[in-house]
Amino acid sequence: MASITLEGLRKTYAGDVHAVKGIDLAIEDGEFVVLVGPSGCGKSTLLRMVAGLETITGGTLKIGDRVVNKLEPAERDIAMVFQNYALYPHMTVYNNLAYGLKNRGFKKPEIEERVRKAAKMLEIEEYLERKPRKLSGGQRQRVAMGRALVREPAAFLFDEPLSNLDAKLRVQMRVEIKQLQRRLKTTSLYVTHDQLEAMTLGDRLVVLSAGKIEQVGTPMEIYARPASMFVAGFIGSPAMNMVPLEYLQTRGTTDLLNDLPPGTDTVGIRPDDMRLSPPNTPHLIVESTLELFEAAGAESHLYVRLADSDQPTVIRVSGQPPVNEGETLRFFVTREALHPFNSATGLRTG
Amino acid sequence: MVENRPFLNILTHLVLIAGVLVVAFPVYVAFIASTHEPSAFVRGVLPLLPGDNMFESYGQMLSSGWKVGGTPPVWLMLGNSLIMALTIAIGKIAISILSAFAIVYFRFPFRMLAFWIIFITLMLPVEVRIIPTYAVVANLGMLNSYAGLTLPLIASATATFLFRQFFMTVPEELMEASRVDGAGPMKFFKDILLPVSITNIAALFVIMFIYGWVQYLWPLLVTTDEDFYTIVLGIKRLMASSDRVPAWNLIMATVTLAMLPPVLVVLFMQRLFVKGLTETEK
Amino acid sequence: MQTKRSTYQNRWLPFFLLAPQLAITLVFFIWPASQAVKSSFERTDAFGFKTTFVGLDNYARILADPSYLNALGRTAIFSISVTVLSMSLALLLAVCVNRVLKSAKFYTTLLVWPYAVAPVVAGVLWWFLFNPTIGLLPHLLDWFGISWNHRVSGTQAMILITIAAAWKQISYNFLFFLAGLQSVPQSLMEAAAIDGAGPFKRFWTIVLPLLSPTTFFLLIININYVMFDTFGVIDATTAGGPGQATMTLVYKVYTDGVAGLNIGSSSAQSVMLMGIVIILTFIQFRYVERRVNY
Repeated sequence: MASITLEGLRKTYAGDVHAVKGIDLAIEDGEFVVLVGPSGCGKSTLLRMVAGLETITGGTLKIGDRVVNKLEPAERDIAMVFQNYALYPHMTVYNNLAYGLKNRGFKKPEIEERVRKAAKMLEIEEYLERKPRKLSGGQRQRVAMGRALVREPAAFLFDEPLSNLDAKLRVQMRVEIKQLQRRLKTTSLYVTHDQLEAMTLGDRLVVLSAGKIEQVGTPMEIYARPASMFVAGFIGSPAMNMVPLEYLQTRGTTDLLNDLPPGTDTVGIRPDDMRLSPPNTPHLIVESTLELFEAAGAESHLYVRLADSDQPTVIRVSGQPPVNEGETLRFFVTREALHPFNSATGLRTG
Repeated sequence: MVENRPFLNILTHLVLIAGVLVVAFPVYVAFIASTHEPSAFVRGVLPLLPGDNMFESYGQMLSSGWKVGGTPPVWLMLGNSLIMALTIAIGKIAISILSAFAIVYFRFPFRMLAFWIIFITLMLPVEVRIIPTYAVVANLGMLNSYAGLTLPLIASATATFLFRQFFMTVPEELMEASRVDGAGPMKFFKDILLPVSITNIAALFVIMFIYGWVQYLWPLLVTTDEDFYTIVLGIKRLMASSDRVPAWNLIMATVTLAMLPPVLVVLFMQRLFVKGLTETEK
Repeated sequence: MQTKRSTYQNRWLPFFLLAPQLAITLVFFIWPASQAVKSSFERTDAFGFKTTFVGLDNYARILADPSYLNALGRTAIFSISVTVLSMSLALLLAVCVNRVLKSAKFYTTLLVWPYAVAPVVAGVLWWFLFNPTIGLLPHLLDWFGISWNHRVSGTQAMILITIAAAWKQISYNFLFFLAGLQSVPQSLMEAAAIDGAGPFKRFWTIVLPLLSPTTFFLLIININYVMFDTFGVIDATTAGGPGQATMTLVYKVYTDGVAGLNIGSSSAQSVMLMGIVIILTFIQFRYVERRVNY
């Protein structure tokens, strides 16, 4: 087990394409860090650089105290779980798990013991003699995890390991991965484009955009105080609504807008923070037309259009409020719900 | 789809049966001819039913050949054909799979040049470079040798392309996972890539075996020594003497024996054969 | 041209892997081919003592030589006849096999094996059937008042090699047509049937247009086959005769070069053949690029 340290890590492809533009990140021993961002943000490239599957153009990568920039993947003491599992199709599950150990010159009894142990942990003992094509998606996923587990590496690297599973299985495996990591306390770096997966799994999140870090923090830190409009839009579902400050300045108790930090011209409001009943504290009052009502069981999504504006906005409320499509809705926003941004820089102003 | 047209169905079967008969007819006649005594051909018209001389015809050709016709025993020529076909098939597969592996899994200087050099062989079938290739083989002292018979036919852009195509469809992660698992390039090749390619190899083997077996022009040029005659070449030699001594039973016995091995390969490995054929030509 | 997303960093290994194929290609393909190009510009005197550079003279002579132009014409006729004959029969059989579901595999097996018959053997088989003294077919034709002797009649010789060459190629065309037919979506046929199209109408208006990529592909392959792989058929049956009636381009390269020892002319002919192969390969690849998504 070990820490992973990235210092100014860069990746440039031929033709001056900058995929990763100087990443600094310190992952502590035993920590579960999730790299999250939209496709093309460089998160997979970054993970593959840590794995040794992509060469590093610049910067330093350390696993533990070792600089591993030039080492082969096998020499970095990491294990990786791939998106499509990458199980060797012609080998039995047992041999899939054992292959890496054999290559490292482990003795037969040791291999046997480790494979059995991992198989037991993942509840795949009964499939050990099967070929991967005879397994279901979830079972394959477990085998892929098992292959990483038997190695007892310094770090686990996960490259969107759940994206090939159906929704129900994904939730189940998510929980299992989290429990497994808690138990083993192995440093883990996990890549996903799914913000919910990122929020629920990570001790810390790293939100990436266009090859750069947008924000690092615990899931709740990031949710509560997104550092940029990009992070605000990416973390949380439905996404945060962005409203021009100017628009709000004519709605309700506008005094509370006065203490917004200088430079603020856009205000973000989470869909949950738009109340349909007036709170006791000072608040803004915004009128809108309900265009679409979406009942999702425990909660409902109201798609509205703000009055005197064509700004589409989403409101999330629990239960099912007695509203009709086409009617005028009035909602209320308190000061705490406002996230101040500057639209030119895209950053939070305070 | 519900469609009931009895007339059309009967017609379909009739056409197919006619097709099968036309396709098989020449071979049937050849086989029948091989079962008769030489005297059966003197009367003029070929018999259409089997005779009783089958074992004599085949026995003679297999064991001692036919001196007048100028051929060694058929078993020797069958052996030569087998060696030639196997060497060509295995050789082509071996060198193509290695070069395809290099082209797909490595980035190196002159990669495109190497690719083009291999590609060019597509445009130079042996038929268009007969004389200079003969000269090269003669200069290397490889006339009347298995090396001379096979080496000039062994480079194959087709097989290289097929493997390249197939390797491109092998998931990237398989190679990456093996790297993480501590396997170097050759270990990956041996432990993972070869086993995964086995159906393709088998399919290609069937096609290349047939390709090697039916070669004619090249053996005609480089073998003058009876000991290196292939069966296909032997037939031509027999034919040449048929004007003097029309021992049709012996010639047709040889023809039948020459067809048998590759045809059996096609019949018994039909699935691989079809796969090989449709994929090598894409 | 693509490689994998991540590749091995190894300096010498790829060259070792490529070495066998490159060595064979260079020694037995590139070098002889360049020799052919070289000697196509040269002339060697009758005793083989002196070789002189003659520029394009060999080419000029070939193109002015009636026997070469004759061979060119014969090759064209031969190619077209074999291609049309074997492709149309193959398509007919493929359509039939595609109609019979239960026995499709059975018929396929009985139709594909001639692929494995050597061209020489195919030639011998048909030559035997058409043998003017003992062959079955001349006797049959005699009833219709046709006197068959391909040793005398150039037309009959051409018919003989066409039949033999086409016979061997049917299985190949059949397999590709069958694959093409099987890839026509069933839903399309059902839609057409609902639109009131009967089996024949469906074939002409839907199946045939959808088969056109396969047909075009086979056209190129067949021309290639007839031009280069039928040497054995011709050598076993007519040896280019009677006269020059079945002399194709490849057979002429062989007779001029090997039998006639006219290296300069034969080389020039080889180079022109290479030109034809290059054009055919080019057409095929351009078309393949469009058909297959790499």
